Amino acid sequence: MAEFKEISPNAGAGEKLLNWVDNRFPASKLYKEHMSEYYAPKNFNFWYIFGSLSLLVLVIQIVTGIFLVMHYKPDAALAFGSVEYIMRDVPWGWLIRYMHSTGASAFFVVVYLHMFRGLMYGSYRKPRELVWIFGCAIFLALMAEAFMGYLLPWGQMSYWGAQVIVNLFSAIPFIGPDLALLIRGDFVVGDATLNRFFSFHVIAVPLVLLGLVVAHIIALHEVGSNNPDGVEIKGPNAPKDAQGHPLDGIPFHPYYSVHDIFAVSVFLMVFTAIIFFAPEMGGYFLEYNNFIPADPFQTPLHIAPVWYFTPFYSMLRAVTSEMMYALIACVVAGAVLGVLKGKLANVFKGAIVVAALAVVAMMLSIDAKFWGVVAMGGGVVILFFLPWLDHSPVKSIRYRPDWHKYMYAIFVLDFLVLGYLGMLPPSDIGGRVSQAGTLFYFGFFLLMPWWSTLGEPKPVPDRVTFTAH
Amino acid sequence: MSDTPVDSSKRTWLIASGCAGAVGGVAVAVPFVSTFQPSEKAKAAGAAVEADISALKPGEKMTVEWRGKPVWIMRRTPEQLAALPKLDPQLADPKSERKPAEQAPEYARNATRSIKPEFMVAVGICTHLGCSPSDKFQTGAQPSLPDDWEGGFFCPCHGSTFDLAGRVYKNKPAPDNLEVPPHMYLSDSKLLIGEDKKA
Repeated sequence: MAEFKEISPNAGAGEKLLNWVDNRFPASKLYKEHMSEYYAPKNFNFWYIFGSLSLLVLVIQIVTGIFLVMHYKPDAALAFGSVEYIMRDVPWGWLIRYMHSTGASAFFVVVYLHMFRGLMYGSYRKPRELVWIFGCAIFLALMAEAFMGYLLPWGQMSYWGAQVIVNLFSAIPFIGPDLALLIRGDFVVGDATLNRFFSFHVIAVPLVLLGLVVAHIIALHEVGSNNPDGVEIKGPNAPKDAQGHPLDGIPFHPYYSVHDIFAVSVFLMVFTAIIFFAPEMGGYFLEYNNFIPADPFQTPLHIAPVWYFTPFYSMLRAVTSEMMYALIACVVAGAVLGVLKGKLANVFKGAIVVAALAVVAMMLSIDAKFWGVVAMGGGVVILFFLPWLDHSPVKSIRYRPDWHKYMYAIFVLDFLVLGYLGMLPPSDIGGRVSQAGTLFYFGFFLLMPWWSTLGEPKPVPDRVTFTAH
Repeated sequence: MSDTPVDSSKRTWLIASGCAGAVGGVAVAVPFVSTFQPSEKAKAAGAAVEADISALKPGEKMTVEWRGKPVWIMRRTPEQLAALPKLDPQLADPKSERKPAEQAPEYARNATRSIKPEFMVAVGICTHLGCSPSDKFQTGAQPSLPDDWEGGFFCPCHGSTFDLAGRVYKNKPAPDNLEVPPHMYLSDSKLLIGEDKKA
């Protein structure tokens, strides 16, 4: 226990109160550690606003969500009507609902940009692996949250989207059909499904999400923020002032809190413009078919998930029985390379051969449908392993060979193309392109241990590059 | 680390009580997970339904609800029936041999996958991911379909196509033919879906 601090009897009432609290709860200590004495690198750029913005969107979603639940009815017979009731009859209900629906898309916009920032500057590299892993877990929880929230309006897209995604689980061999039944709580998506998704969406997942956000920030503040140069400002060799504070760091508050308030203002301008002028965003944020009540007998002619899921949805669709041959060829090629080129003991080489044969046997015997699900899930899960896939000697893209920048540019393009194709109805050409795109997406990550070491990195400065302004 | 020697009997009891606690925790999880199962009410809703097919003209399809799923009853024209065997080479599993027990009851394991050749009865849920395919009865070239289309069903979600016996075409995401539910004719115009008393 900390020492009990006495304060001068002449101190002001505010000081006395704070002292009383500090002797019982580390209020000042926490404030210093996370705000006024949390030193962040002084060379942050535009890309560093998205962390704070995602926290802002989380707050918007929680507050608007609380108010929506006051009017919403989680019942298959009443849900669609209650959403329309919120839109038409509840005073200002439309605003709250549009804030929530636009907030969902905004959340993914800022989170994707936040993740891309981490990718560019190597923010996942040692010692920030756990920051990254907590972040990926947040992304996963966010996807679950968005998916279950989308069922609640009980429109056609809600219904059929949930039907498709829940049926994904039934592709798992042996336990799949029972698992899907357990998720739905009925033989088809119905009232039971709606009720449990509501419970998950408003209680379970938000609690997990909040816990993960706290873990993400605690881990970040333990290791300190990375920066666009990927240079450590707090290491034993980093320059420090007389008080031991890093010379290249500035306190989060007031410097970055003010910086972020500016970003928040710009963000809110865009956010409110969308809420007021294009809340449906041409069918991208709220799909048109979702304004039709759920009809279990009629699948809409074209169903596609909301935009933020479409890159992964494209990967799901890309895996057909033909594609399986390409994937088997990849596994075989990988195993042959591992055996011929890998500097491993013979035992491990034998293990590689056995594992490859087992995987190929499974790929031949289990439906392509299951592997499509594996590809979709793998597209997200592979992100968790990024800290151990990147073997580049330098962290930041600034000091990596120039062609690495093109590699990242193609990766971004690939992700966008997959996302675009995922919104379109299935077609032959689109299918081929998304197959190539899926191979590139996984190749980018799985071959990273090899390609990230190629080329000559540029010299990394000892201190961050910063020009006073 | 402290230098105090380990009290092994205390440690044994700590491990034992930890294990007992874990067993209790798992046991308590069972009722919670069990609540995810379909309720008795949902199971009871699986009762058989009757359909009146007297008004169905050749080439027409009607849909009835059984266990919350759409069940299609289609009266096929002689031309449509004649086209079925010609399609065999284009189909993934024309004879429904992959999972015969799940795909159709024994009395529907024939060339037309039906009791009466004229009437097709099938669950209108794609075997891929559970969308309901749309009717594409018009023959010939049209968007998303091959030029020699003989009429059938097209799943809008992932592009699987089925013929008028609910058999899936090759190289499509759906692995299996549409399910034929248990059914029986109560009379020429009454069809019972969900039950097939072999009396």
